[in-house]
Amino acid sequence: MLKIAKNRLNELYAKIDETMGLFIPIKRAGEVNYAVWKEGKEVSLETLKTVKSPKNAFFPQSENLMKFKKDGNNLEIIDVREKLAEKIDERPFVMFGVKACDYKGIEVLDKVFLADPVDSYYQMRREAMTIVTLACSRPEESCFCNAFGIDATAPTGDVTTWLDNEYLYWQANTEKGEKLTSLVKDLLTEGGESEVATQQEKTKEIMAKLPYATLDLSRFKPENLNELFAAKEWEEMSEACLGCGTCTFVCPTCQCFDIRDFKTNEGVIRFRCWDSCMYSDFTLMAHGNSRTTQMQRFRQRFMHKLVYYPSQNDGLYSCVGCGRCVNKCPQKLNIVKVIKTLGGKDND
Amino acid sequence: MKDVEMKMLERAKALLESGEVARVVAWKKGDFYFDPSPAVFESVEELEKDFVYNWFCGANLSKYLIQIAKKEGKTAVFLKPCDSYSFNQLVKEHRIKRENIYVIAVECLAKLDVEKIKAQGVSSVVDVDIVDKKVTVTDLYGEKTVLNKPDVVLTKCSTCNKTHQIMDEEIVLHEKPARDVDRFAEVVKLENMTEDERFAYWRDQLSKCIRCNACRNVCPACSCVKCVFDNPASGIAAKANDDKFEEQLFHVIRAFHVAGRCTDCGECSRVCPQNIPLHLLNRKFIKDIDGFYGEYQAGETSEGKTPLTSYTEGDIEAKDVFNGEGK
Repeated sequence: MLKIAKNRLNELYAKIDETMGLFIPIKRAGEVNYAVWKEGKEVSLETLKTVKSPKNAFFPQSENLMKFKKDGNNLEIIDVREKLAEKIDERPFVMFGVKACDYKGIEVLDKVFLADPVDSYYQMRREAMTIVTLACSRPEESCFCNAFGIDATAPTGDVTTWLDNEYLYWQANTEKGEKLTSLVKDLLTEGGESEVATQQEKTKEIMAKLPYATLDLSRFKPENLNELFAAKEWEEMSEACLGCGTCTFVCPTCQCFDIRDFKTNEGVIRFRCWDSCMYSDFTLMAHGNSRTTQMQRFRQRFMHKLVYYPSQNDGLYSCVGCGRCVNKCPQKLNIVKVIKTLGGKDND
Repeated sequence: MKDVEMKMLERAKALLESGEVARVVAWKKGDFYFDPSPAVFESVEELEKDFVYNWFCGANLSKYLIQIAKKEGKTAVFLKPCDSYSFNQLVKEHRIKRENIYVIAVECLAKLDVEKIKAQGVSSVVDVDIVDKKVTVTDLYGEKTVLNKPDVVLTKCSTCNKTHQIMDEEIVLHEKPARDVDRFAEVVKLENMTEDERFAYWRDQLSKCIRCNACRNVCPACSCVKCVFDNPASGIAAKANDDKFEEQLFHVIRAFHVAGRCTDCGECSRVCPQNIPLHLLNRKFIKDIDGFYGEYQAGETSEGKTPLTSYTEGDIEAKDVFNGEGK
């Protein structure tokens, strides 16, 4: 294991920045979100939960897909991927400080975007990305990653790090991780095994005591799909839902997007942007909309996370227990309340 | 607060039992003390199981009534002072039929903000206890921290001197102390900035926007059945957040749209996941309207003329509004 003193982290960031892009939790106007590091930015590794999840870095909230230019009767189609590939090739990037829950979220997204047919835009960024995870040491009441079998004290990724009051401890796990380690090796020294072990032990004690540690998910199985879909409780659970996209946009595993054309003076830009199943025009088709009430939209979101996605992905839930929706829902509705209501008898 | 809660529960049960109302709009318990949600109660059993009224019932219930009031039978609702202005305004705009609603005015001595508690250095909150002006917070680690209540009240409550404007009955057991604060102080601070400073301030704030639309969806003044931005047939539907300029316009246009109707309930800032102080945009309009047309408070009455929807010869001219300083 390697380590670097906390007060020298800026040198580490600067070193990475020389040759690679660096996405890291940065405080701006009072809130911490993943953003590109530059000298002078206020990094906040201590922040347990960034408002938005890190997915923004490799699945941007908005991105251009292609451009169309009309010249007389000719229509030129410009593939923006060539430029994107060049840019990424020149400057691959590091995602720094990814928590165990968010790292699991990337696995959930990979199964969607890297399965056939592969989403090439996603793939380009994803492959260029070196992930440095950061173990948790101060979980919050809204955390429940352990309900999904995630160990917050030992995330994997290309490099795993642990932070205490004095040092950041560093352990490479993959070839990409070794490569990054050799880039910054002059800044790292040996040591830290016992400090990390002590921290992990302490954190695990807290994790076991988390209010949501023992959520019972046993009823969320493909064979219960119809029964869960028809549950009368959805009406009551969704009645305060504002139909905003907060839960969707802070979620590390939500993956739906909309594709639209934007007309400019030079032609048309086709772009995609995150969409939300909570929105009234989601699933709008030529014949109309298959979901006409907020209850149906609300139900879709949680059925997808807890039943539909796992039924297509060997039982893997597409919730990772990060608790962002628990913290951020304006009316305090969230997936935990759904799990407690419909999940299984041990929630009573 | 417990005495108020008990009294409210008693009244809600009585109204349902007697058949005077078909349902009660209130708050229900969450998993913790600090996460109650708005809820509709249709039976005494539901009330006994889940009803709650505590220091974290900050949500404004008025807007829910637009839909609920269309249901069969009368609906009872608990309105805090600030909520009563939103309700009045919605009645004025013919969005709610007054006769369908039984209003119980309920006291509010300011509501608390769990995010502000966390911002005071309590990283995890499992319980909160309030005695007078002291808030004792217990965290996951068993540690107790005592905070000053004024430091952790919702932003919208920190400058509130509102009183109930409409009611069929009231449940007020404690006197609300008057706050000696100027709600326009923050606006004045922004007005006193240079144009560049002000632009930088809002660019920084609005760059955080994730276009979740929580501000719009919670806003009682945003009561269009279908927002143009959600309607693909409008030609201006928008959900992308890639254009920073567009985000700024979205919030500024929304503030224009609700100008003269915004009651300053502050829900926009309460729900913003990125804590953008959106209420300051609205407050700027309120301050200007006060200055140009004389003091006016939207939602004070459910009838009568409003400054921006009635013409008088003495109305200020555009050339006098735009003084060229971009304020």
